[in-house]
Order: sequence, then C-alpha cells, then structure tokens
Amino acid sequence: MTTSSEVYKEPEKKIGNVVLEVRDLRTYLYTKWGVTKAVDGLNFEVREGETLGIVGESGCGKSMTALSMLRLAPKPAARTVSGQIILDGEDILQRPEPEMRFIRGQKISMILQDPMTSLNPVYSIGNQMVEALGMYYQGEDNKGLKGRAVDILRKMGVAAPERRIIDYPHQMSGGMKQRVVGAMAISGTPRVLICDEPTTALDVTIQAQYLRLLKQVQADTGVSIIFITHDMGVVAKMCDRVAVMYAGKIVEQGELRSVFNNPSHPYTKALMASVPSMEHAHVEKLYSIEGQPPALFDLPVGCRFANRCEFADAKCLEAYPPMFQDEDGHTADCWRLEGQWKKVAEATT
Amino acid sequence: MADEILLQAQDLTKYFPVTKGLVLQKTVGWVQAVDHVNFSIPKGKTLSLVGESGCGKTTTAKLILRLEQPTTGQVTLEGQDVHTIDGDELKKYHTDVSAVFQDPWSSLSPRMRVRDIISEALIVNQKVTKVEAYERVDLLLEQVGLRTQQATLYPHEFSGGQRQRLALASALVGNPKLIVLDEPVSALDVSIQAQIMNLLKELQDSYDVGYLLVAHNLATVRYLAHEVAVMYLGEIVEQAETNELYDNTLHPYTKALFSAALTANPDSQREEIILRGEVPSPINPPSGCRFHQRCPYVMDVCSQEIPVRKEMAPGHFVNCHLY
Ligand SMILES: Nc1ncnc2c1ncn2[C@@H]1O[C@H](COP(=O)(O)OP(=O)(O)OP(=O)(O)O)[C@@H](O)[C@H]1O
Ligand SMILES: Nc1ncnc2c1ncn2[C@@H]1O[C@H](COP(=O)(O)OP(=O)(O)OP(=O)(O)O)[C@@H](O)[C@H]1O
Ligand code: SF4
Ligand SMILES: [Mg+2]
Ligand SMILES: [Mg+2]
Repeated sequence: MTTSSEVYKEPEKKIGNVVLEVRDLRTYLYTKWGVTKAVDGLNFEVREGETLGIVGESGCGKSMTALSMLRLAPKPAARTVSGQIILDGEDILQRPEPEMRFIRGQKISMILQDPMTSLNPVYSIGNQMVEALGMYYQGEDNKGLKGRAVDILRKMGVAAPERRIIDYPHQMSGGMKQRVVGAMAISGTPRVLICDEPTTALDVTIQAQYLRLLKQVQADTGVSIIFITHDMGVVAKMCDRVAVMYAGKIVEQGELRSVFNNPSHPYTKALMASVPSMEHAHVEKLYSIEGQPPALFDLPVGCRFANRCEFADAKCLEAYPPMFQDEDGHTADCWRLEGQWKKVAEATT
Repeated sequence: MADEILLQAQDLTKYFPVTKGLVLQKTVGWVQAVDHVNFSIPKGKTLSLVGESGCGKTTTAKLILRLEQPTTGQVTLEGQDVHTIDGDELKKYHTDVSAVFQDPWSSLSPRMRVRDIISEALIVNQKVTKVEAYERVDLLLEQVGLRTQQATLYPHEFSGGQRQRLALASALVGNPKLIVLDEPVSALDVSIQAQIMNLLKELQDSYDVGYLLVAHNLATVRYLAHEVAVMYLGEIVEQAETNELYDNTLHPYTKALFSAALTANPDSQREEIILRGEVPSPINPPSGCRFHQRCPYVMDVCSQEIPVRKEMAPGHFVNCHLY
C-alpha cells in the first residue's frame, strides 16, 4: 500500500553540546521501614537535540529521577541527599525555590505518566490551557491565548479543537488527554523535556503521530528529550542513547544500537529476550525474569540483580561491581566484564 | 460454533449528547461513541478490541460493566440482559464480571489499605469473613508478584506498575467469569509484562475465565487474544481469529494500524504508513465508510454508501467496499 499513501521520513537530527549533566544524583525516601534508595548515584548527560531513553523495571526509580530533576520529589518523604544537576552550566539544586518555578516549564518541562494528574477535573481543557499559556505569553488577552490553545491542539491532532476546548477531562479519551498534556508541556519552549511514559495510554497510530510530533518539535527547537518508557519499541524508534536502570542505579548505558544489539548486563539481556513479537504466533510461554528486584529499603551489598541473575557467583554477592566501559563509551556495572572492558569507576555504594 | 457463549453484545450503541448553553442545556449533537457493535466472547476465551484513540473501546468496556447505559442494543451474560438485572442478581453480576482499567487509580481508593481495597468486593458481595478475605488477599498478592507484607500499605506507596498489579489482584478476588482488561499491562515494564501475560494465560486456563482485552500493543494482543475486533470511530471494521488477522489484514485501516506498530529492532526497515488528515470527530462522523477521508484506496462509492460486513474467510469479517 505505497501508491497514494505517504511513507514517513525522519526529520534531520542535529546534536549539539551538553545541555544537562547529572552527577551522582541520590534521592532517598525516608519511610517507616527505613531509607528507600529510589535514586542512588546516577550519572548521565544529555546534549542539545538528543534523546536519552531511560528504561527499567517498575519501581526502579525512573519517575523519582524525573521528579528530582524538577525538584518535585514528594515531600517530606523524599530528599535529594547528594549530587548535581547542571543545566546550561549551572547547578539547579543550588537555586532558591522561587527561581525553580521559573526553571520548570521555561527550562525543564515534563509530561507525566498519568495525564489525569496534570489535568484538573473541574476546569475545562480550554481554561487550563489558557492559564498555562498565560505564564509564557504575558500581556496577551484571553481571546489570543484561546486562539493559541486551539492551534496547539490542532497541531497535536485533536479533531474540531474549537469545539473540544470546552470539554472537561472526563469527556475525553485517554489519547486526547495525553495530547492536551503534551501541548501544555511544549508551550513554554523548554530546553529539556522529560517525558515519563507519555504514550502508554495511546494506540499505535496515535503513538506514531505523537512520537513524530516530538521529533519534529525537537528538530525545530533543539530541545533535549529524556524519554522514560518500558517499551523497547519506542526506545528503538526515539532514542539516540539509552540508560537501563535497575533498583535505583543505572546498570548499563550507551548508544542505542550498541546497547540493543550488544546488551552486556545480564538484566538488559533478559529484558530484551522477554519482548513479545507481533510477527509470530505464540505457542510457548514468554521468557520472563523470575523473582523480583530487591526492596529499595533493604538492598543487598552485592550486585542488585544477583538474586535473579543466571551468571551470579560469589563475587557478585560480596560487592557491587565497578563500572566497565568498551571502546565506544558503552558502560555496564557487571563483574563479568572485568578483564574484558576497561574499569572506569569504582563501585559507588 | 462449538464454544459456549459467555458474553454477547448485540447491536450495542452508545451516543453521548453534546450540549450547549449553561442553564438551559440544549442538545446540539451526539458523540457516536459506539455504533451498532456486535461480538461475542466464548467461555474461557479472549476477545481483543484494538483501534485508534477515541474509537469507543473503553465505552464498550463500560457498557459491559454497567458503568454506562446503552442507547440501543444489549449485552447479555450467559443469556441474561445485564442492564435490566437488580438485587441479588446484580450482586452476582458484580462478582462474575470485574475489571482492570487503563488508569490504576480509578479502581484504588487512596484512603484505604491495599488489603481492604482488594477484599471489599468479596465482603460486600459474598458471605466471607474478614479473616478469610485477608487470607485470600495474601494469596493473590503473591500470585501477582507482590509481597504479603505489602497488604497493609496505601496505594500511593506503590509505583505505577505495582499499582497495576494491585488492580489485577482486586479483579481476581471474586473468582469472576469475565474480566474486562483495559490496557492491563501497558504501564508495566517488559519483564513484568511477560510475567503478567503468562499469569493472565495461566489464570484463564485454570479458572476458565473470559477476557475482554483492550490494548494498543499489538504484540500483547497477539499473545493473549483468541479473536480480535478492529474498531474505527465507534464501529467494528474488521474481525477475525487472531493469527488469521495478523497474517492477512484486509481493511486499509487495519493495514495502517499494523504498519505503525514498533519493534525493538533499531535497524528495522519496516515501512510506516502515514494516514492523511486528522482523526475525524465522532460528533459528525463521515458519511459512507467512516474511514474514507484517510483511506489510500478511497473510491467514489466509499463516501456514499456504508460498506456492509462480508465474510472473506471462515470467521474473518470486513466492512470495506474493496471486497
Ligand atoms: N510517596 C512515596 N513514599 C514512599 N515510597 C515511594 C513513594 N513514591 C514512590 N515510592 C517508592 O520509590 C521507588 C521508586 O518509585 P518510582 O515511582 O520512581 O518508580 P518507577 O521506576 O517510575 O516505576 P514505574 O515504572 O512503575 O512507574 C519505588 O520502589 C516506590 O515504591
Ligand atoms: N462521558 C462522556 N461524555 C461525552 N463524550 C464521551 C464521554 N465518554 C467518552 N466520550 C467520547 O466517546 C468517544 C469514545 O471514547 P472512549 O473513551 O470509549 O475511547 P477509547 O477507544 O477508549 O480511546 P483511548 O484509546 O484513547 O482510551 C470519544 O470521542 C470520547 O471523547
Ligand atoms: S470502504 Fe473505501 S474508504 Fe473505507 S476503507 Fe475500504 S476502500 Fe477505504
Ligand atoms: Mg514511573
Ligand atoms: Mg480507552
């Protein structure tokens, strides 16, 4: 079916200098069982126009990482106890709170996992968008802001936007709500856009449209994107680099192709093997990693994957592995790489 | 058909009024969310609904769960019209049919401990003591991959994926005959998805429970569903046994839908078809075939006549003028 239908062409990619640098970020939650180490010594950076994917098991700390970058981790339980978040050369962890309100939205913006938490059920979509847009287009009247809202919604593929704008969130389908939230997040033209599972509620054609739109916005504005997802297909489509998180730590990181074609941490290998395929009929059970990740308030001293790893030996149980790196800058925390890859950092716990 | 029918939707239709004016609300149109839909789910089998955002999947699910009242048409469970029952029959319906929704918050009350949320339906609808109910909760928590010690926590103390497992435990508590699964695994990461999908299959095999599965991930659907119905703007446009559909898509919309599915291979050369135009509004859906404005194969007849359902292979139905 190629005759009259268009085949999609990717917009051109331009990757620039480092915009955001995260160093040894640690956000702990103080709960009644003890200290939950949700974000435990993360290091990564994102360049202008680049998309970094963060993948990992449910509960491993992805959302907490995202929230920490906006300094929105839930208080009083959560505290960022160490680290630096350097945006355009300045550590935003050192900025006073009033300034953070400006940084959020204008510099770092976020699209949340659950669109309902970003939409207020008692106001119409139009009212909420006008309010959000009012922050960036100060002095513009309501009519002008409404016009902008309608334009952004149309750009996001919402049908009959001038009529839908009077709807309340409960009257919209999941996909439409997510497009409204996306429209609000890009309205401030941020430097870094954090997307926390923005497409989980969408079906594939809308997801494809949404991802294309994000890529177009990136090509137009050079925004850096941090894309949190558990969908390996989305990572393959969207990301230039990928970081794999497990139990509060990044256990593997590198160029997309390097990580996907040569997964080097046993967790990443298992993850890649459990993706079902739509190309074949399924007769057998899916491959699945047995067991569960350790509780983040009761972490083992050794490798955090050891209790589920088919290669684990005595050393793995004794000490957390250092970080090893291959020639292409692909890194992984696994004792099996000792002697094969270069050791670049001591264990950080 | 040899299979015993569990649930049947006949001519099922739901229109939502579009109103204007604040005080004297005047109906100015109708959102045709679900329009004359027919399907059935055999006992112990899975039917999946797939299709564009807003095409009416969740509304269909809500009609089955009695969260919405049909405009016309009916839903029957083992031959009984589910929208006319009350009293004890209604209580029984609420244990026979349960749900796991797209948004796990919708089924988890924030102020209750997890074990009370999960056992609520059991205590309300069946004669079960608290002790028995809590024992069942412990068993279910283990079955969905959580720790029994987590029974006394509140929902906000769990991550998104963990909450989805709680929702699944709640849905299983009354030994239902049918579970409506609206995006049951999409919020989970891959290794847990595989576990939950295996779990859903195991539970189906051991309890003979039927599923109505709404999911956008076509790999998930291929793995779990016995039959798939493709919806577009409130209508079913194609329906077939799963492997037959995946190997032989007929409707131009189905072809576009399947071409947009992503694979975990960064070097994949699969061609992505872009559909022209926006998703039309369900308020005034296009005439004739509702897909005609976006269809690469559109013909004159398509905007004028509604295509009728044709059976192209045994059990493989399509509504399209090409056939
Ligand atoms: N308010 C809270 N109080 C205490 N612990 C919390 C709170 N919110 C989250 N946690 C814990 O912090 C850890 C990290 O949670 P986070 O939401 O970052 O996970 P995630 O990687 O985003 O998971 P998912 O893929 O399921 O969204 C989890 O183990 C969770 O149980
Ligand atoms: N209470 C309501 N009032 C008015 N319109 C509604 C209501 N609920 C749903 N709709 C409309 O009905 C149509 C079908 O919505 P539905 O939620 O069933 O879609 P869906 O297929 O589940 O979409 P998604 O994949 O995005 O979840 C949409 O156009 C939606 O906006
Ligand atoms: S009926 Fe016509 S418009 Fe509709 S899908 Fe078939 S060819 Fe396209
Ligand atoms: Mg999360
Ligand atoms: Mg839905």
